[in-house]
Amino acid sequence: MTDAFGVMETAFRAKRAAGRKLLVPYITGGLPGWEHAVRAAVAAGADAIEIGIPFSDPVMDGPVIQEASQKALDAGATPVSILQQARELEVGVPLAVMTYYNTVHHAGHHRFAEQLAAAGICAAIVPDLPLEESGPWCEAADASNIETVMLAAPTAPDERLPRVCARARGFVYSVGLLGVTGERTALAATATALALRLKAITEVPVLVGVGVSNAEQAREAVQVADGVVQGASVVRRLLEGGAEAVGEYVASVRDAIDA
Amino acid sequence: MTLMAEPSSTGRFGEFGGRFVPETLVPACQELEEAFRDAWDDPVFRAELAEVLREYAGRPSIITECHNLGRQLGIRLVLKREDLNHTGSHKINNVLGQTLLAKRMGKKRIVAETGAGQHGVASATAAALFGLECKVYMGAVDVERQALNVFRMKLLGSEVEAVHSGSRTLKDAVNEAMRDWVATVESTHYCLGSVMGPHPYPWMVRQFHRVIGDEANAQMRERYGADPDVVVACVGGGSNAMGIFSGFVDTDARLIGVEPAGGAAVGRGVPGVVHGMRSYLMQDEYGQVQEAHSISAGLDYPGVGPEHSYLASIGRAEYPTVTDAEVIEGFQLLARTEGIIPALECAHALAWISREAPTMQGKTVLMNLSGRGDKDVAQMMDILG
Repeated sequence: MTDAFGVMETAFRAKRAAGRKLLVPYITGGLPGWEHAVRAAVAAGADAIEIGIPFSDPVMDGPVIQEASQKALDAGATPVSILQQARELEVGVPLAVMTYYNTVHHAGHHRFAEQLAAAGICAAIVPDLPLEESGPWCEAADASNIETVMLAAPTAPDERLPRVCARARGFVYSVGLLGVTGERTALAATATALALRLKAITEVPVLVGVGVSNAEQAREAVQVADGVVQGASVVRRLLEGGAEAVGEYVASVRDAIDA
Repeated sequence: MTLMAEPSSTGRFGEFGGRFVPETLVPACQELEEAFRDAWDDPVFRAELAEVLREYAGRPSIITECHNLGRQLGIRLVLKREDLNHTGSHKINNVLGQTLLAKRMGKKRIVAETGAGQHGVASATAAALFGLECKVYMGAVDVERQALNVFRMKLLGSEVEAVHSGSRTLKDAVNEAMRDWVATVESTHYCLGSVMGPHPYPWMVRQFHRVIGDEANAQMRERYGADPDVVVACVGGGSNAMGIFSGFVDTDARLIGVEPAGGAAVGRGVPGVVHGMRSYLMQDEYGQVQEAHSISAGLDYPGVGPEHSYLASIGRAEYPTVTDAEVIEGFQLLARTEGIIPALECAHALAWISREAPTMQGKTVLMNLSGRGDKDVAQMMDILG
């Protein structure tokens, strides 16, 4: 491991030092019009974009992202087609991918890491690859300068969190609640509690995701955390209103967390 | 040293197995592993389990020699009668073990997935017996083709939720049960129904089913004074096969796990990772999991338990396939010759035995009759009209 931070973590640390809260919208790759949604989100103030590479069996996702994944797959999206489109994006903020481990495993660790790097992707989030199983992928990712974002869960005992943070690159994904992705009426108490526990032990940026459902909840989360990931709330708008609706929503979250 | 021993510390059987779950579930899997180890080594727990297996499930299950069909096929055919257990299949062995364990861990609620409904019914039964809340996830397609079992689960006081995502069969029921567990892990035990999933499930479920093989081994020796030449079972996730294989893996018997032609994880699969485990898996060129297609809901699964992948990879067990047409023949064959209506799942094993009998003349073949066919009669009525 080198001492230098990757592209995404360097950008996030600099923005944090400048007092800015970080906003990372999630957009399902391969959904018709998804690239427009990425551009709209960036124009509205996103600090990075998490591109979902759809998988047939997304166990961490609730109904909205499941539906988007299925639509993208039905439209013929593949990891290769999405990465080809991602390469053309050139939106000026770091891009991460989120996908399930079989997508990585099937391609092969080194080949997948190289494919990401070639597409201009900075980071990867693999929600069904816990710390104990992450060794071979992390090794390949490190070799290709892909930052592996680790997830930390509210159920983790205190002794586990430092090990998760030590392996995290880019940011630590602080899982907001016990459950799958999706919108909730209120931010769970676990969201701020876990973010606080993480902030106490790591310098790596801490972003809360899963169950951060609107601008108000995002503002609440960044009172403790360095930023938020916005998944289902963004994807629902993409499904219902297209790129324009995504842009408007991201702008409203930006305003809320800057206030 | 048995070939089917404990997996490695990372839950591996050779290169298969592991624990590929979201971070949220890692502590729960670790806690479950610890609780299972502790219980399995505790004579009090083992005695409690043995008692409930004996006095509630009706163990030991008998073995039955099929004189008529055996004569017709030119083999000695012996059935291990798991169909005679309470709730009508082998599934009760694992469920009683897991629910006793859940109670010991202080859990108030269980969730389960089910394909044909046998594991769901067994889970609902054990939940009623032990006073646990129970929710069963079942693919919408299976809810339709196994309506009787759906009603049975409700009668037993369980909630049944039809799963409409993906292929709307067993694989999607597993996804939905895992999503439930991610949200409720503090109060809930996931009562997984086969030798699959993240460590410790493949190992734990096999241990709860090894009573099938241990009993059969003793029964064969007592009755015939020898081990069988061939041991046959159907394989979806593979729990009944693991149960009976565990009693014979260290003998000279051939071990045969019969998969449906449309769900041949070992036969057509390459290693992949889904539902918490690395195992053979039917998938496309990008790693998307493919849908299985089988006449039997219980075998409609694109993966297989990791220990089966291991036994296949080292050549200790074989995993041939049979077609739906052969299965329909096998189903009727046992009914007509022996007066036993098998579950459609077990009809796969019968179909293979019937097809391969010419190559096994004079041999002793032990088949695990893992469930009875009552649940399939309505479906067969439609097919045979």
